[in-house]
Amino acid sequence: MISEFGIILLYFILGFVFVGIALVAAYYIRPSHPNPIKNSTYECGEIPIGEPWVRFNVRFYVIALIFLLFDVEVVFLLPWAIVFKGLGWFAFIEMIIFVVILLAGFAYVWGKGDLDWERPRPYIAKLEDLVIGKKKQ
Amino acid sequence: MENVNFLYDLLGKNVISVLLIVSLPLMFVLVYALIAILAELKVSAWIQERLGPMRTGPWGILQPIAEVVKLIQKEDITPDRSSKLLYNLAPFIIFTGAYAAFAVIPFSEYFVPAGINLGLFYIFAVGSISAIGIVMGGWASNNKYSLMGAMRSVAQLISYEIPAAMAVLSIVVLASTMNMQEINKIQSGWFWNWFIFGGPGTLAKLWVIPFTLGLGLIYFISSLAETNRVPFDIPEGESELVAGFHTEYSGMKFAMFFFAEYANMFVVAAVLTTIFLGGWNSPFGDFMQGPFWGVFWFVSKAFTVVLVQIWIRWTLPRFRVDQLMYIGWKVLLPLSFICFMAVSLYVMLK
Repeated sequence: MISEFGIILLYFILGFVFVGIALVAAYYIRPSHPNPIKNSTYECGEIPIGEPWVRFNVRFYVIALIFLLFDVEVVFLLPWAIVFKGLGWFAFIEMIIFVVILLAGFAYVWGKGDLDWERPRPYIAKLEDLVIGKKKQ
Repeated sequence: MENVNFLYDLLGKNVISVLLIVSLPLMFVLVYALIAILAELKVSAWIQERLGPMRTGPWGILQPIAEVVKLIQKEDITPDRSSKLLYNLAPFIIFTGAYAAFAVIPFSEYFVPAGINLGLFYIFAVGSISAIGIVMGGWASNNKYSLMGAMRSVAQLISYEIPAAMAVLSIVVLASTMNMQEINKIQSGWFWNWFIFGGPGTLAKLWVIPFTLGLGLIYFISSLAETNRVPFDIPEGESELVAGFHTEYSGMKFAMFFFAEYANMFVVAAVLTTIFLGGWNSPFGDFMQGPFWGVFWFVSKAFTVVLVQIWIRWTLPRFRVDQLMYIGWKVLLPLSFICFMAVSLYVMLK
């Protein structure tokens, strides 16, 4: 009557419907008194300064690219993982070579420093900084 | 495909049984979320030598219900400058992604909602949906904290997905199947047949046990990061980003994020239970083994894992971003590859 994947589709539908019911129920119960101040962007009570959609660090992009490679690799490995015992040493060694090539690329990225995120290096104040007349650094 | 669902035997394959199969886990999630919220409040209180909630009902057990009632009554604020469609869609996506994962979780020998052969693969595919929801909510809020929280959150999710995927892959190598029910059946018998102890085998498996233990640990750490739990809660670090990607959400929409987080906690705990801790199998051979004991063992194992997650949350401080990336890419990823190689060599030699 319904296949296993049909049940999965029903799960998606039920998830959506449940959230919908919860939000509609809340819509009829909750108060709603919007005003411009309340509806402004939250910035700890201050009036927001500038655009929030700013440029973000390029590192996120690099991480996404590396992730994509590894994710595709995992997708390749999954079918192999199920059948490789029947295929014998040939398939095993071939996959090891594949993984080693991937890890070589990973080592390159590591060596280039793309995986290093900036560490905070706080300046810890010393007693001398407080002495008047002495210049800080 | 063989019949894996007791409801089909009981009611036949009709509309009622299908609806029950689809909605039983939802009821379970709702009850579980209430219990988990109470557990979180109480465990945190005990760790900090407080009493926790005591006023609502005897011993404060009605506190989670009070919170749900409160959240329903809260005003729902949609910021004027937000992107309305995406802003309202994000809670749907996040909760649906969390709930859809329950479709393949084997609660018992005779109850798995959809016994597909791609179970583990499906869990990973669905688990990635939450990243879309997070980015959607964070970006559409048009708020600096939300956007920053969303970016960090997704960077963290994808960084820790690879060690988690490698850990799961190693278990697929050991089990030669991705069907969660089959994986459980392989692990039947005493607890040394669990995959965290190398799976069933002769004494020759002794050398692979450290690697499988390591894989279990790698999966657990990665799952903490994937559910944005402390010590990996940089995306919503209160002291820096207010609430991260859900800063602008209030009322029932916030509650959906909250529900989804707890549902995700259970999903990763259930996957850990299934692939490493024997799922619905009793730890003591045939003792207390059976369809109903199966539910008991599965739920109690998964709840134990959830309890450990809560315990860790209230014990450890938060990582910095650079430490987070260091652990994900430079420690867990190479370790998971080493363990994966060792496990596949073990399977080849067996």
